[in-house]
Amino acid sequence: MKSVMTIFRREFASYFATPVAYVFLVIFLVMQGLFTFYIGQFYQREQADLVAFFTYQPWLYLFLMPAIAMRLWAEERKSGTFELLLTLPVPVGAIVVGKFLAAVAFAGVALLLTGPIWITVNWLGAPDNGVIATGYLGSLLMASAYLAIGSALSATTKNQVVAFILAVTVCFLFLVSGLPMVLDVFTGWAPDPVVEAVANLSFLTHFNNLQKGVVVLSDAFYFLAVIALWLWIGRIVIESKREAG
Amino acid sequence: MIATRRRGTLLMDILLEAKELTKRFGAFTAVDGISLQVKKGEVLGFLGPNGAGKSTTMKMLTGFLAPSSGSAIVCGETVTTGNVAARARIGYLPEGAPLYGDMTSRGFLAFVAAAHAIPAAEIPDVVESAAGAVHLQDVMEQRVETLSKGFKRRVGLAAAILHAPDVLILDEPTDGLDPNQKFEVRRLIEAMSVDRAIIISTHILEEVDALCHRAVIINRGHIVADGTPSELRARSRYRNAVTMLVPGENAERVASALKRIGGVAKIEAASEGNKVRLTVVPVGNADIAEAIGDIAAVSNWQVSQFSVDPGRLDDVFRQATEGDGLNGNNHNRGGEA
Repeated sequence: MKSVMTIFRREFASYFATPVAYVFLVIFLVMQGLFTFYIGQFYQREQADLVAFFTYQPWLYLFLMPAIAMRLWAEERKSGTFELLLTLPVPVGAIVVGKFLAAVAFAGVALLLTGPIWITVNWLGAPDNGVIATGYLGSLLMASAYLAIGSALSATTKNQVVAFILAVTVCFLFLVSGLPMVLDVFTGWAPDPVVEAVANLSFLTHFNNLQKGVVVLSDAFYFLAVIALWLWIGRIVIESKREAG
Repeated sequence: MIATRRRGTLLMDILLEAKELTKRFGAFTAVDGISLQVKKGEVLGFLGPNGAGKSTTMKMLTGFLAPSSGSAIVCGETVTTGNVAARARIGYLPEGAPLYGDMTSRGFLAFVAAAHAIPAAEIPDVVESAAGAVHLQDVMEQRVETLSKGFKRRVGLAAAILHAPDVLILDEPTDGLDPNQKFEVRRLIEAMSVDRAIIISTHILEEVDALCHRAVIINRGHIVADGTPSELRARSRYRNAVTMLVPGENAERVASALKRIGGVAKIEAASEGNKVRLTVVPVGNADIAEAIGDIAAVSNWQVSQFSVDPGRLDDVFRQATEGDGLNGNNHNRGGEA
């Protein structure tokens, strides 16, 4: 646990070592604002909730989370610090978890900075803050799942751009499997359980459930399972990349 | 103190042992059955041409790579990619000394100290003393990426020694440094060697003379020579060769006179200004200095420098690592067996 914290602290601090972190935070907030106020029509809806805020997050995260995760391992492998890190007396599992948590914490900071929108909606009306809380929880869980995928794929390459593209692609598949355009392909011929299984794989399905203010344990569990699976995959990738240096 | 406590148990003094270490990458065998032992207080030079398997061996010794077969043991712990306890006993400077460029020297060393589970309260002192040992005090608050190569190497060294490891494994610690920095790093390694086992890999032969108690030469994944620097040097064709400096106009006369002496294999000439340096290589490393000296004394050769060669490491290195079928090569293999 202590070694997880050691890795976490270094990794989290390194996000802020360059201006890139601040640029990223600004882009995130501007994009989030655009989606909420223009595309989501926050004011025109005249409803005291954050539906407009959360609806487009899965799409925003699709690009922003891989951008946070892409450097996690690709940079270590490129600069050779991979070898330094793996010869420190720290278990590989602790390194994988520590790095992942640092990325999650950074996403958490970005999410915290959207606080003003929550203040605004409370000032303008009387929203159900319970629903908003589960919405934020779902948002962070989904972000973490994207980051776990991004982290594992970051270990597959020394090139951050390649890591980014791979992560966006895989995340996209996880995202769209709940959309009608994908499900329609199955509904005609496949038995209902198969269609349901495909729909259940989707981040969208589970994220939408959490947004409605129903903390369904199975939805939270779904994201945790995806995270655990991809962290495990990441660990396997890292072990296999030792050989390649 | 430790020595007296451990007296009588000679085996305890072997801090690092490799047993038949082998590493295959697909069909290619990078390291093929390397066995060696390093005792406390010993500095082992690990020599070999580029691609001979030096770095791969070191990566197996430090638990970065898993050996295909064989094992490495550090202070009684078997090194594996998962054995954290073994890694805690090792200080490792990987090839090229990779560092986190975005951290300050102090931040980086504190991170390494924390990774070694040094209690938070002791970290500032530990970092300070390691930095002091390699003279980093002036650059502690600078970002690592802004440092010169020499300072970066020293940061890497400080990171390798800060937890006072029993075994130090340094992959080309002086590569790319200027002569002053090389001297500095060597002095440092010497100072640290007192109660540790140290392996340094290098292809700089002067380093072996300056630093190592023992040298192992590897080629294509095999050990081809193992001994003290003087033992290795004794295998050189140039052992007991006589070198002398004579004026250019006398060179030819001297050379033809030397050829008439029995036991001379060949004479090499190299001009130095208006003088010529003649190197007389004897047959079978025989002692011919006296015979040559006698003749030189009676003939008017005007010899200005006269020396007997103790043997040349670079020559042994070449014999051991170049091609097959050379006399020297067979000789070395014979020596090994």
